[in-house]
Amino acid sequence: MVKNISNLGDTAVYCDFGSEVNETINESVIDYFHHISKLIKDKKIEGIINLTPSYNKLIVSFDLTVTNYKKIKNFIESLSINKNIKNNNQKVKIPVCCDDEYGLDFSRLIEKLNIDKDKILELYFGKEYFCYMTGFIAGMPFLGDLNESIRCDRLETPRLKMPKGSVGITEQFANIYTFESPGGWNIIGNTPKKIFDDKNLDQPALVNPGDKVSFYQITKEEYLNWNE
Amino acid sequence: MNKAYFEILRAGVNTTIQDKGRNHLYHIGIAVSGAIDQRNYILSNRLVGNNLDEAVIEFAYQGPLLKLKNGKINLSVTGDVVFKIIRKNSNIENGICYKSYILEDEDQIDLISTKNTAYGYLSISGGFELEKTWNSYSINTKANVGPNNGKKYSLKDKIFIKDYDLQKVKETKMNYREIPDNTIRVIKGTNFDYFSTEALNNFFDKEFSVTKLADRMGIRLSGPMLENIVNTNIKSEGLVRGTIQVPADGNPIIMLSDHGTIGGYPKIGVVVSADLDRVGQLTPGSILNFKEVSLEEAQNIFKAYTEDTDKYLNENN
Repeated sequence: MVKNISNLGDTAVYCDFGSEVNETINESVIDYFHHISKLIKDKKIEGIINLTPSYNKLIVSFDLTVTNYKKIKNFIESLSINKNIKNNNQKVKIPVCCDDEYGLDFSRLIEKLNIDKDKILELYFGKEYFCYMTGFIAGMPFLGDLNESIRCDRLETPRLKMPKGSVGITEQFANIYTFESPGGWNIIGNTPKKIFDDKNLDQPALVNPGDKVSFYQITKEEYLNWNE
Repeated sequence: MNKAYFEILRAGVNTTIQDKGRNHLYHIGIAVSGAIDQRNYILSNRLVGNNLDEAVIEFAYQGPLLKLKNGKINLSVTGDVVFKIIRKNSNIENGICYKSYILEDEDQIDLISTKNTAYGYLSISGGFELEKTWNSYSINTKANVGPNNGKKYSLKDKIFIKDYDLQKVKETKMNYREIPDNTIRVIKGTNFDYFSTEALNNFFDKEFSVTKLADRMGIRLSGPMLENIVNTNIKSEGLVRGTIQVPADGNPIIMLSDHGTIGGYPKIGVVVSADLDRVGQLTPGSILNFKEVSLEEAQNIFKAYTEDTDKYLNENN
């Protein structure tokens, strides 16, 4: 449930669901996200131009020429969210090559975590993850939670250019760089799979908030010959 | 007859197609994009008699040099731009912004540079022959979405022009004057109380300058260090245009149209909607100061700003 609603500037409503990061809170954020998305699609509410779900917040952006903070706040407060909605969340499987030329930060991780590469891979690939949110750059999924033994801080100095497809970890989270971009996550491999497809207008992001994601390892040969 | 187009003889620093922007995609990480200065974008369309949501060319600092092929068009330039029109017979006319010009086949327009604005806009009567992606013509170079494969224009690229009946064209002019004002009004951010009293006093009392790290994503400022007394990181959450984030180094960053959709730095404030055009146009080295306003004041300021824009739009009717 939304604990507190405030304004973020004059064109957005800031819905605060709490300060912790866990699946229960995030699922509530995603329930609101799906519910409001549907009302926008069905033209039951006007003026909302964007929804940004994250771990424990939902930001609702609106067009100030059409509506205002008070109206959107009242609208959100009036919603009764049906928790039993099936959100069509999907299970997604993503291939990753972890050869050293793609897994850029294994030496750092081995030193910081004090476990070897095989153990890191075993723990990483041995779990299904939950997609808390998608964003920062187009299609980038924020996944969790990692096994406690492979949680590590960000790089002290972020890379100016993370290669496209890089699979990274930091703290309890994993993500995928869908475009070449600056970034500070520890890179353990690279995926040849298209995670963001701007030609797919209906569903450009492969991983969406609420989806379950598992990774599997591929060889360099499989990586190089990947064909979608 | 062959289709009319602009041939790019010099690309300029950051030349893209922009419009009102692209909505309903924040949740997958795609920002709104759109013209940084929405008012000058709209005015440029009005000057050539277009619908106000037609696509225009946006350029930054050094603009493009364009040669018209296979056509005759009416165009206008807005912003604070030095430009020339080079006629086919080599005659050169110095261009004046907020005025429309007829460009004949093989004439060129040289958008030499912007002066006191970072961005300038070039509109043509009828608009460009482009396809919309997710209901917008805007080029988003971060997600490679939009015309030209989502990339800024390069030398020798062509920008095609829609067929348009030039009989309808009348030359127009607008008496537009931007009143210089370096005060940017902000509403308190959601992490306002993360900052020390001294930091908050500095934020509203001291001057900041725009650094060279300024682009369509955002602008970094330098000024008094804004001390954070709670936590220099927050759990990543959504951002909107105008959000002022303060990373650990204490220097504020203002988010613009191509911003990352989520961020993990505390938000000290949000620029009011009415001042976003002005903020986006600040050039490196500009000095600014922040002034706090309430939500209600921000809404009134926006209404006044919109009415002021309408005044210019109605000038030529």
